[in-house]
Parts: sequence; structure tokens; C-alpha cells
Amino acid sequence: MNEVKCECGHVNPHGTVICESCGKVLEDSATKRKLLDMRYEGSARRSQTYNKTLVDKIWNFFSSVKVGVTLIVVTLIASSVGTILPQEMYIPQTMTPAEYYEDQYGWFGKLYYDLGFNNLYSSWWYLLLIASIGVSLVICSLDRVVPLYRALKNQRVERHEGFLKRQRLFGLADSPDENSMRQLEENLKSKKYHIRKENGSILAEKNRFSRWGPYVNHIGLIIFLIGGMLRFVPGMYVDELLWIREGETKAIPGTDGKYYLKNNKFIMQTYDKEKDDEVFGAALDRAGTVAKNYQSNVTLYERKGTGVAGESLDLKKVKHEKIRVNQPLKMDNYALYQVDYKLDELSKMHLALQNKKTGEELGTIKVNLYNPDTHYKLKNGYSVEIKSYFPDFEFDENSKPTTKSKVPNNPAFVFKMVTPDKPEGEVSFVAIRQTIEADGDNTYKMAFKGVETKNVAALTVRKDLTLWILGLGGLIFMVGVIQGAYWNHRRLWVRFMDEKAIIAGHTNKNWYGLKRELESVFKETGIQAPVDQLESGKKG
Amino acid sequence: MAALSSNLLYIAFILYLVATMFFGGAIKSKKSAEKNGSNKFANLAIMITILGFMSQLGFFITRWIAAGHAPVSNLFEFTTFFGMALVGAFIAIYFIYKAPLLGLFTMPVAILIIAYAAMFPRDISPLIPALQSDWLHIHVTTAAIGEAILAISFAAGLIYLLKVVDQTKKSRSTFWLEVVMYGLISTLGFVAVSTAFSLSDYKAGFQYIDKNGQEAKVEYNLPALVGPNEGNLITKDKLEPVVSTPAIINAKKLNTVLWSLGAGLALYWLIRLMMRKRISASLKPYVKNINLDFVDEISYRSVLVGFPVFTLGALIFAMIWAQVAWTRFWGWDPKEVWALITWLFYAAFLHLRLSKGWHGEKSAWLAVIGFVIIMFNLVAVNLVISGLHSYAG
Amino acid sequence: MKKKRLIARTIILLVLVLAVGYTLYANLTKEDDSTVEIGKEAPDFVLSDREGNKHQLSDYKGKGVFLNFWATWCGPCEREMPHIDNQYKQFKDKRVEVLTVDVGESKIAVDKFVERHNLTFPVMIDEDGQVQAAYGIGQLPITFLIDEEGKVVRSYTGELTEDKVKRFMEEIKP
Repeated sequence: MNEVKCECGHVNPHGTVICESCGKVLEDSATKRKLLDMRYEGSARRSQTYNKTLVDKIWNFFSSVKVGVTLIVVTLIASSVGTILPQEMYIPQTMTPAEYYEDQYGWFGKLYYDLGFNNLYSSWWYLLLIASIGVSLVICSLDRVVPLYRALKNQRVERHEGFLKRQRLFGLADSPDENSMRQLEENLKSKKYHIRKENGSILAEKNRFSRWGPYVNHIGLIIFLIGGMLRFVPGMYVDELLWIREGETKAIPGTDGKYYLKNNKFIMQTYDKEKDDEVFGAALDRAGTVAKNYQSNVTLYERKGTGVAGESLDLKKVKHEKIRVNQPLKMDNYALYQVDYKLDELSKMHLALQNKKTGEELGTIKVNLYNPDTHYKLKNGYSVEIKSYFPDFEFDENSKPTTKSKVPNNPAFVFKMVTPDKPEGEVSFVAIRQTIEADGDNTYKMAFKGVETKNVAALTVRKDLTLWILGLGGLIFMVGVIQGAYWNHRRLWVRFMDEKAIIAGHTNKNWYGLKRELESVFKETGIQAPVDQLESGKKG
Repeated sequence: MAALSSNLLYIAFILYLVATMFFGGAIKSKKSAEKNGSNKFANLAIMITILGFMSQLGFFITRWIAAGHAPVSNLFEFTTFFGMALVGAFIAIYFIYKAPLLGLFTMPVAILIIAYAAMFPRDISPLIPALQSDWLHIHVTTAAIGEAILAISFAAGLIYLLKVVDQTKKSRSTFWLEVVMYGLISTLGFVAVSTAFSLSDYKAGFQYIDKNGQEAKVEYNLPALVGPNEGNLITKDKLEPVVSTPAIINAKKLNTVLWSLGAGLALYWLIRLMMRKRISASLKPYVKNINLDFVDEISYRSVLVGFPVFTLGALIFAMIWAQVAWTRFWGWDPKEVWALITWLFYAAFLHLRLSKGWHGEKSAWLAVIGFVIIMFNLVAVNLVISGLHSYAG
Repeated sequence: MKKKRLIARTIILLVLVLAVGYTLYANLTKEDDSTVEIGKEAPDFVLSDREGNKHQLSDYKGKGVFLNFWATWCGPCEREMPHIDNQYKQFKDKRVEVLTVDVGESKIAVDKFVERHNLTFPVMIDEDGQVQAAYGIGQLPITFLIDEEGKVVRSYTGELTEDKVKRFMEEIKP
């Protein structure tokens, strides 16, 4: 392989620009420049050295930062497109998405839907974009961190003159005396520099760890992406919705029948101008009703034994709890969140058997709307029978009564009223605010007397075993990004050559900070601090 | 307490205005003495800025006490906090770099932001259940501080561009620089128009058909240039709208935007006529003594410092809160997406700078674009693209 | 040296491609993930029919089971019921059992429905939603075909024609 042997004796990998050890500039083109490009210490990024097989070509493609940045920018633009119109998960479910987008947004909505932008963030190409960023992260990091590590590990104290001259901070001093040098060393030490010496030359260095910041944060991001990927593995993630009425006990979906929940009470509170803090008065006047609390008081049960679904339940109480927004109920890896509610759903209806002419009431029945009884016996030989029940009544296309769902939103009944004077019974159809009779000459009717209602709470059941991985990824990312951004890798070289001291300084970022630090380091040493070649260049 | 609180905000606002003038003075008097020449004007200016900042901090604290929760829960509160964070970030940077010129550009931006905030309802509002969480305060404040630090890079980038862009001939750069200036002036236009009509108590009611086909009412506080869908003016002697919009567009907001842009345009041309040159050209003398590398470094440094804070506040803390309040840490809500976009943008910025060597002018343009994205997220996403984050507004 | 690098790169790329491929595949197929997996044992359950007879799925090992979830308010369910009943009568003696589960409506609604359509197969009501939870029921009607070993052979969401019902029953005939 074409390794490059430097005149200092160090063998560098092919493609190296600056000798890892002494810093001599190995590439001709770089020697012509006034200042060195110090990115990655001029080390050989492997990607750029081999380009033979298909694997290498793919590798090299993803290893390019240009490609990485392009991917980021494309993702950025794609993401913004998804916010132009609401995503499908946020539209009302009153009609099909295709109809909704066209109905609401016209031809643009139709186009948006046809292009699949209604579910942009879960589309295959968007996922592919994110995945490509992930691939780029892995390959870019691998390709850079190894050579950079080598270069920083192999660096010698005495660096090549050409290297030092091409540093941005550079100075020449007439051989300083020992005292000055000792003072300089002490000053550097007090600034927490590590000092290495060789033949009287000095390399002072600090915060090298900040060079690893980018790679650490990339690891964090990769872990985060892995966490996101694991979501798709069965069993890692549960997302279910549970509608539960007051007084009802239901299996918690997603827990395989292990847990049951009873809703004891659902409470909704709003802010009250009289009772709550008066500073809210003006805001409440403007906004009207403002919700204060949504709360379900529940009891959590665990099922005993390995019962078969449907068998009568043997439940053990686990705990009573109040589920509020921001205060989910937690059990094992599950959490139950308060997400929605429905107030005053009909639960019972009171009806009276009434003589149409006299208005005399011959008894009242209470109908349980979730599961009504069929027969209702009243006094004195009167009785009522439910022939049909439509909890969510409507007329179908053939004008036959039917129900839209099992929820008693609009209950309707066919009653048979049996009375001593009409032993075969009279039939009447009763819905809210209407009564229909077959021939219209009934003697009796069922009169509406009142209702009982219950609140219904909607709870989201969530299990997400990937959360800790995502958290870990986030944490590592933050550590890496802070490590790289809030510290800078600073170096100062002093090399004696021909009765002179060559002084050069380098930092990977924050030159202003380095200059100020060196000013104070060189103060009282009698040695001139190195100057910024960029600045002096401009003035001269 | 609430009254004291708003007075403190007024005081802060006025102090910021005064401080800006002193920063201007500091530049003028500094024309010859270049670096490190801490002059009296600059010292005075930063003192006044700090005083203003303290006063606004007082506003924040007293309002917190009055409301019983951190005042970052509606658009007014969040935006004023953002303004305060911007001033805070500037003060911190000032003590590192001692650059009064940065004050001359940052303070007006902060003032504009606070003035903009004041156009929204200022009542202390109670918290809806989803907002009753400490994570709300942590997430919103950290995100605002991060954005504020990033905004400093905009100010520095702008200074860089003002100096480096050649104003002697027309070019793409001069054009876009003027667009940025016009954007800032439009904010002023919005404030001016809103204030003028609210002082004259302008109210025009409309009856219209909303997008669900229902009859609804809306009250305009600005004369209607565009009316709502099938709108009927029900207040007497008010301006009849020139055109009316389809139902899916919020006509009232569109009307406000049009007024702001119009007023901005009027102001812009007024200033241009007075100056007889481009606005950026007339600002050029102020920046002529600045060292370009120095400003470039401030701009870059602010991104470096602001990016981690922004990530923490706008993404990580936001995810934690979303997990607790909305059952999932990420839901592709427009505001979330725009936070991600902002983050991706600055990530690209850092990579371009580190690996592709985009320093100087390119970097400055990126800093400006970054700020535009932040402002878009703050203004447009809240007002135009509604979602979970659409505060009362 | 060069070879080693190529191998390392190939492995890393393969791992990445596999991970991405799996995620894409899982994402695209996530719509139809019910709790019941084809080829796996059907979740056991026990419910009483209208006559009070208990039916436990595991008791039907050795027979094919045609398991149908439905509701009275569901039009397609109502239309397919007579077909199922016809075929039930044909296959009853060929060791194919039909079990139908209403998704927890009132007894009266179910009774009237069964009377109206003269259904003869066992009809059960899953009052507290346990069985629905076990089978991950969403859309109705949905039919599960279970073979004589108790394994799920197929699940079908949507209305059945008489022809389909017949073919399905043939499929699970032991």
C-alpha cells in the first residue's frame, strides 16, 4: 500500500496531508497556502482513499459531509411540506381523508392527498430520508474519528517549521531566556494546559476531549434512532384507547387481560370567576369557559390466575387512583392517560305508562339503556314489554328503524303496553320527542319522564419500552454536543530553531478566546505573544 | 401585584429604548478609538440595558406570583420572555466581547419583539389542564433562551452583511438585505397599525359562514380590507371589505397580515425617501469600523452556545413534557416539526462551517435564515398553522 | 489489510441495510397488526350463548371453528348472517362449528336480531369486551378461521358472500 513516509521517519497512511507526527506538510498543494487547513488535523480520511468496489463506492457516498448536509436539508424541506395542511391524524373523522382534503382545500388538497403528503411523516420515503441520515452519521463518524485519533495520538512536540508557520497564530521570538520560559510554563499550567517537552521545545495542550464531542453526540443520535426503530418490534409499544363509563369495569386493552379498570367517577372542572383567583377575571371574560381539570377516579384491578377470556372474573384490587391530564396512572410498564371525555351520556330512561285521554299515570318504568330488561310489571295487571331497542336510532335507507352504534346517543323503543282493558296489548314506537303508532288510535302511551346520565372517560393505554433508549440517546447527544461546543481544543507550540523560538497556537474554535488567553499567558514573560496571521494579513 | 407587574414591563421597554440610543452614541463617539476603548457611552448604555433587564425580570417574577404559574403560557407571555432572554443573552455576550455595536442591533430586535408581544391579549390567563405541568415552564423557558442566543448570531450576521455587502451597485445580496430590513420594519408596521386602531377603539363586526357551513361572528379591530366568507358588516359606518376570502382562510388574520405588510411598505419607502438610499446602505457607516472576523466569531459562537440549549429546551424537554401531557413524546404537530426544522437547520449550519469551511458571508446569511425560521415558528406557526400549540391568540 | 477493510465495510453496510429494511417493512405492515397471529394458537375464551350453554374455544379441538364478531348495527354483518346460517346447517355434521360473538350490545337488541333472522348457530355476547380485547377487534365484521388444532388459519375483515363462507368452511374442515 502507498503509505507515506515523512522525513521525520513517521509512516503515515495514504492520503495524509499533514504528517501525523511532526506536522510536515506532505501534499504539494497545501504547501502553497499561507495557512494550513487544520480540519481533522490533515489526517487521511479513509473514504477518500479507496474507491474500487461497489461497497467502497456506497461507503464513500455516505461518508461525505456534503451528502450528509444535503440529506439534512432535504429532510428539512420535506418536513416543512408536511405542515402546510394538517396531517391525517389531526383531521376530523367525519368523512374519508380523500374527501376531506378535497372538500376543505380544493384542488390543492386533492393534490396534497394524491401525493401522499397527508401521511408524510410515516411515508416510506420520509423514513428512508431519516434512515439515510442515520447511515451517514455512522459512516461519517467512523471515517473521521479513527484518523483523527491517530493524528492526535501521534503528534510530536517538535513540529515541522512549515507546519508552525502556517498556523493562524504565529510568532517569532529571539531566543528567550530560561526564566521567561519557566514563567511561560507556569502560566500555561495555571491555565490547565498539559505540557510536553522535547529538546527544550514545548507542546502545551488542553481540552483535547472536546474533539470527541461531535462523535459522542453522533453516537447519541444513533442510539436515539435505534430507539425509534425498536418501536416497530412487536411487544415494545402499545397504544390503545379505552372508553369507559362511570361505574363500568373493563379489561384494559393491550395488557392481555391482565389488568382491569373501574371508572368510579369522571370529573370535569372549569375555572370559576367567583371562586378562582381574581387575576384570571379578565381572561375568563374574554375566553368564556376555560377547563381547569379533567379527572377520572378509577380503581385498578389485577386478574387472578390465568383465566380464559370471558370467564367470570376474579379480580384483585391493586389501587385507587385519580388520573388527570399530566398525571397518568402507572403500572408495570403501562401508563393510562386522561385524553378525552363525554359528559352526560344517557344511561337510564324513565317512562310512564299513561292514559292518553285522562293523563292518568299507571306506573313508571326505568329502562337501563345499556342492557334493558324485556319485561316490566306494573301494579294492577298493567305491564310493559320492550319489543325492540335501538340505542342510537335512525331510519335506514328503507325507512326501517335501525341503530348506528351500541352507544345510547338517541335511544328508541318499540313498546308493547298490556293493560286490563287491552289484554293483547298496544304497540307504540317511542323515540326521543316522538311517538309513532301503527294506526294512531291507542288508548295508552309511554310518556317520557326523565333520564339519568353518566360521564364517559377516554383513557389512552400506553406502553413504550423504547423510552429509556431514547432517553439515553438524548442524554449522550447532549453530553457530546456540550463537550464539543463549550470547550475548545487549544494548543501552543514553542520550538527552538536557529537561535529563535517559533511560537504557534491553534484552537479548533473560538480564536478570540485563545488570543485572550495567550495574551495573559505571555504577559510578564517578556516574550511576544503570537499574532493572528489572518488579521495582520488584512492590515498589511 | 398584576398592576405593578405591567408597570415594570413599561419601564423595561423605555429603558431598552434609551439604551439603544446610547449604544448608537457609543458607536459615533468611538469612531476613532477602535478596540477595547471602553467609552462612557457604551458603559452607560450597558448599565441602562441591565437596569431594563432587571425591571423586566421584576415583571416576570411579579407576574409569576400574581398568576401562580410561570408567565410563559400564552403568546404575550412567551414572546416577552423571548425578548427578555434576548436582552439577557446580549448582556452576557457583551461582557465577553465588549461590542457596543452588537447592542445597537440586538436591542431594537428585542424592542420589536416585546412591542409585537404587547399586541396580543395581556390578561393573566388560567392554565388549561394540559399546561398544568412544571415541564411546561422548563421546556418553554429553555427553548426561549436557546432561541434568544441563536438570535444573537442573527444580529452579528446582519452586522457582518451590512459591512461586507457592496452597496454601490445593485445585487442579489443588496436585495435580500433590504428584504430583511423590510421584515423588521413590517413588525413595526404591525405594532403601529394595531396601536393606532386600538387607541381609536375601532371595532367592526361581521356575520359570516365558517368552513363548517355554520353562521359565525367575528370582530375586526382593523378596517377590513379582506372580509370573511360571505361576510356581512353588522357594525354601522365601517369600511366594507374590498374582497372576501374562501371559508378555510382566517380572514381576520389575513387582514392583519396585509395591514402589517402595507404599513411596513409605507414606512419602508418613507425611510428610503428620507435617506435617499437603501436602508442597509444608510446603516453602513455605523458598521464601518467593525472587524469582520470578530463579528463572524460572535455569530458562530452564539450558534455554538445556543444550539445545545435549544436542543435541550425545544426538543428534549419538549419530548418529556409531551410524553406526560399528550401520551406520546412526538406527534408531528406543526410546532414540533418546526422545532425539528430549526434544529436540522442549525445542524446543517454547523456542518457546513466545520467541514465545508463556510465562514464569513455565507455563514452570516445562514445566521439570518436561521432567525427567519425561528421567527416563522414563533409567528406563523402559532397564528396561521394551528395545532396543539396554538395559544389563545 | 485492504481485504479486511472491505469485509468490515460490507458487514457494517449490511447491518445498516437490514435495520433500515426491517423498519420500513414493519412500518408499512403496521396497519394490520392484530393481536391474533396467523399460524399461532387462537386465544382461548369462554362465553355463554342465549340458552345459557357455555362455549369454550379449547373444547372444540378436533373441530374446525368459524369464529365471527359482529354487531346488530353493522349492515355487512346483518347481510352475511343468513349465509353463515345456511352453511352452518351444511357443515354442522362435518365437524365445523360456528361461534358468533356480538361486541357487547344489550341482550334485547341481540335477541330481537337473532329472532328476526332465525339464526340457529350459537350467539354469544362479549359484555365486558374481554374477548374483543384478546382478539384485537376493530372493524366489523371480522371472521377468524381456526383449524382442528386450535390454530388460526386465516382472518377476514369485511362482508362475506355465501360462496366465501362455504370456501372458508371447507378450508377448516378436518
